Amino acid sequence: MPQVTLTVNGKTSTVDVEGRTLLVELLREKLRLTGTHVGCDTSQCGACVVHVDGESVKACTILALQANGSQVTTIEGLAKPDGTLHPMQEAFREYHALQCGFCTPGMVMSAIDLVEKHPDGMSEKEIREGLEGNLCRCTGYHNIVKAIAAAQEVMHGRAQALAPAAE
Amino acid sequence: MYDFEYHKPGSLADAVKLLSADPDARPISGGQTLLPALKHRLNKPTSVVDLSGIAELKGIKREGDKLVIGALAKHFEVATSPEVKAAIPALAQMASTIGDTQVRNRGTIGGSVANNDPAADYPSAVLGLNATVVTDKRRIAADDFFQGMFTTALEPGELLVAIEFPIPEKAGYAKMRNPASRYVMAGAFVAKTGGAVRVAINGAGPGVFRQADMEKALTANWSPDAVAGVKQPADGLNGDIHGSAEYRAHLVTVMAKRAIDAAG
Repeated sequence: MPQVTLTVNGKTSTVDVEGRTLLVELLREKLRLTGTHVGCDTSQCGACVVHVDGESVKACTILALQANGSQVTTIEGLAKPDGTLHPMQEAFREYHALQCGFCTPGMVMSAIDLVEKHPDGMSEKEIREGLEGNLCRCTGYHNIVKAIAAAQEVMHGRAQALAPAAE
Repeated sequence: MYDFEYHKPGSLADAVKLLSADPDARPISGGQTLLPALKHRLNKPTSVVDLSGIAELKGIKREGDKLVIGALAKHFEVATSPEVKAAIPALAQMASTIGDTQVRNRGTIGGSVANNDPAADYPSAVLGLNATVVTDKRRIAADDFFQGMFTTALEPGELLVAIEFPIPEKAGYAKMRNPASRYVMAGAFVAKTGGAVRVAINGAGPGVFRQADMEKALTANWSPDAVAGVKQPADGLNGDIHGSAEYRAHLVTVMAKRAIDAAG
């Protein structure tokens, strides 16, 4: 049986897989990292977004074997060991950027890649366009966009702390 | 998805050997089209051959009056490449609108062109810019490469290595997307290269095609007004629940006008 060796959230694992095993199956079923969700399984909804070597990808549309040797970050790997949330997670909490929460892990992972790729900051329109690959069936986009707009200021060092959400 | 063997060759020669030895083997790069197709069991390969480790298929470079893009260049790389932006900004702009961020982080130009989905973006740039498709065996002119829905001149086991784009004086692309799937309903890539005008239409028909009447009109007068009166016949265009052939025919003219506007 083929084997995949990859580093997930800083921890290196070697796992037996089939040729057809998807990265998301490896993460959820072999490593029990169930924060990465499977929504549509057709690369449309973005609930399964993780980072592979720093790039956001849909983990339902990459073979586990294609990720061999790579560095993977999932939603479980964002907070510091002491529990301090990543600024994007903190912003999602502060701005109430979730309703049912199913799309949230993918939204957060996509949002971080988006912010990192736009060091000069994004307008609201650019944030909305950048989230094209993530669907929220609660249609709760408005606060997600606000959270990302606030988080980018912290992530780019233009603000020391997250701007509080309006009362 | 049915199971298959997985190979990751380190050289083009090894990849060609694996693919030639087994007619049911399939190459994979980004997998953004192949993996969804395999999930639907539309295809049952005995093995997939991962091309992502092959150095000969990588890179984007300017060579004289041509821009050479390796088959493995991801849409995100093409969209953000300084070489592409400087030489053919319309191509970078097109790449920035393919699929979504995550698809652009995985999908490759070689995969899109070799697949020749009627609703794909890149085929219209390849045809509109009169590019040359370089394979492990030969060089194929764009006019000979695209042969209708999901069909190209590539033979079984033949691999797309790179695409050579002549650098145009002017080029522009515009498309109307299906509001749900975001695939192209109708798109137009217009280019003037060495004084010659080409107009390639994607999305509207069963495969990418050139619009000769628009090319003639633009050769005489490069302006959106020149194509405004050119009617695309609806015969042979795609008609489905998303839009009739007549609707797509109408869009062809609208998209061509927008593309010329974008080209400046």
